[in-house]
Amino acid sequence: MVSQVLNGIAASDGIAIAKSYRLVAPDLSYSKTKITDVDAEVTRLSNALVRAKQTVAQIKANAVKSMGAHEAAVFDAHLEILSDPELIKQIVRLIRDSRFNAETALTSVTDDYIDMFQNMRDNSYMQGRASDIQDVTKRVMANLLGVTLPNPALIDHEVIVVAHDLTPSDTAQLDRRFVKGFITDVGGRTSHSAIMARTLEIPAVVGVGDATDAINDGETLIVDGLHGQAVQQPTEAEVAKFQHLAADYTAQRIEWRRLKFAPSLTKDGVSHLITANIGTPADLQAVLDNGADGIGLFRSEFLYMDADNWPTEDQQFSAYRDVVAKLGDQPVVVRTMDIGGDKGLSYLQLPDEMNPFMGYRAIRISLNRTDIFRTQLRALLRASAYGNLWIMFPMIATLPELRQAKQIYREERQKLIAASIPVGEVRLGMMIEVPAAAVLADQFAKEVDFMSIGTNDLIGYTMAADRTNERVSYLYQPYNPSILRLIKNVIDACHREGKVAAMCGEMAGDQIAVPILIGMGLDEFSMSASSILKTRALFRRLDSTQMVDLANRAINAETNEAVIRLVDETVF
Amino acid sequence: MEKRNFRITAETGIHARPATLLVQAASKYNADITLEYDGKSVNLKSIMGVMSLGVGQNTDITISADGDDEKEAMAEVAKTMKDEGLSE
Repeated sequence: MVSQVLNGIAASDGIAIAKSYRLVAPDLSYSKTKITDVDAEVTRLSNALVRAKQTVAQIKANAVKSMGAHEAAVFDAHLEILSDPELIKQIVRLIRDSRFNAETALTSVTDDYIDMFQNMRDNSYMQGRASDIQDVTKRVMANLLGVTLPNPALIDHEVIVVAHDLTPSDTAQLDRRFVKGFITDVGGRTSHSAIMARTLEIPAVVGVGDATDAINDGETLIVDGLHGQAVQQPTEAEVAKFQHLAADYTAQRIEWRRLKFAPSLTKDGVSHLITANIGTPADLQAVLDNGADGIGLFRSEFLYMDADNWPTEDQQFSAYRDVVAKLGDQPVVVRTMDIGGDKGLSYLQLPDEMNPFMGYRAIRISLNRTDIFRTQLRALLRASAYGNLWIMFPMIATLPELRQAKQIYREERQKLIAASIPVGEVRLGMMIEVPAAAVLADQFAKEVDFMSIGTNDLIGYTMAADRTNERVSYLYQPYNPSILRLIKNVIDACHREGKVAAMCGEMAGDQIAVPILIGMGLDEFSMSASSILKTRALFRRLDSTQMVDLANRAINAETNEAVIRLVDETVF
Repeated sequence: MEKRNFRITAETGIHARPATLLVQAASKYNADITLEYDGKSVNLKSIMGVMSLGVGQNTDITISADGDDEKEAMAEVAKTMKDEGLSE
């Protein structure tokens, strides 16, 4: 057997060797036939239901361990559906009376329910339940057809997950102990699967193209997240080579580990903060393990996306408080709800839009649904009494938006103080993602305590290119001098007003961008926890005076490539 | 036969979690248990039936239990209603 190399994008550092686990939906097509042996067909259905119940019970047990009982409660509903006497009666009736095979009878009955739930127009909750029935139907169908239906929660041994793409709900169900790496067909360094891999500190290669076609279930795989390669069915020599590379990488990490409690200083002793981006309180361990100087981006979406309904003030409060209290004096920057774009909610009907990334999302929803916004702000304010909490508003484009958000914040703060509920000192800031706000940064800087540049969206909007569209992804150019000038404009504006300039996009941990950003005087670099120590090590090699010169040359360069060359020549 | 009316006060009506618990409670008993709402009647042991009614806030429902353990069944259903904040 000859080994096969697959090339993709290096999305998360590290090297792993393990068996593959294909997280790929199987073909569930079936033929509509009439049966003769009714009793045998009913038995076939019962067996499929029993096996489906066993599997769902297993998924539930694993999900309770990895996500908690509350999140796993959805599987109770799945189990109830599988035991539903009326549902089963209707399917059996179709087998007995109409002589349908079990597949046809099952689909016929469940399709009616799915239609009915989807048509409950005034009830988005029930519309969401249609997907529960779909999930359950697929599982029974897979058992009838004798095919395997993979599920992230079923993984109970060390594997490398191979998927077309990984969704937030897939990764939420993964048991972190067993997943050693990811390989996906699509995506880039900023896609969910890549960010998740860096959070879990496991290697990932994304954007391979045909990984799910090329890789079979259970074959030995090497993932090299440093070079963006996957090796299928490696030879003994290759395994040895990669074990050697893995050992080198581990040694380098041990070297970086020494910097865990070191200050984030440049060679000439200038101090900057290196903070972490997190998506859920579960990511906190990696933040502490990597010696972060705080949390520069706490995405609050998990509270909304993992729920069946709007999270209550108390639910939000306890999630924020837990994180803030753990960090002590260190800052925790929470971004208010950033729903919309590619992130939807089962219980919020969003209009179909031509351009969701330019549509109704983030602060635009918050300022329209002020009831939801106020609940979140109250929860944040209450949590602020337990540590050093900062709040930032995403997707601000105009000053009136910022002023309206601040006004609502002040009202909620006053109400809590009037009710004698303790609140802490809170620093208020905004994200810079919309080019309009980056250009007017001097005016915005007078009205906030800090700004945090979200580079992924800022680059997309400035270059007018969707990074997930392969035909135009070449335009996703982080070092394009136009982007660098916008960033410099924001940093300079903050410093003129004595405010903090931060960055929480992918660029903040990028080894090419960091020297330039040091030269521009960026105060806070927020990144995946796994990039922190590597970046702290890089800081120690950089002289800030030299970097000022580098930054000035970079903003006067002509192209993205010219900037990369410049940094390579100066630093590496 | 046992019969009782309930007014649903929960903001979200009878949605999945409480619906699941009601069905689980009902399924423990031999008695036939039905839920009537808005002229429709469903088997309370059927999650699909219960959810298909889409029972919202401030609505009235009737639950009937018929069988040898109807009293115990009704008591547990009523307790679940109260514990889950569905009805007072």
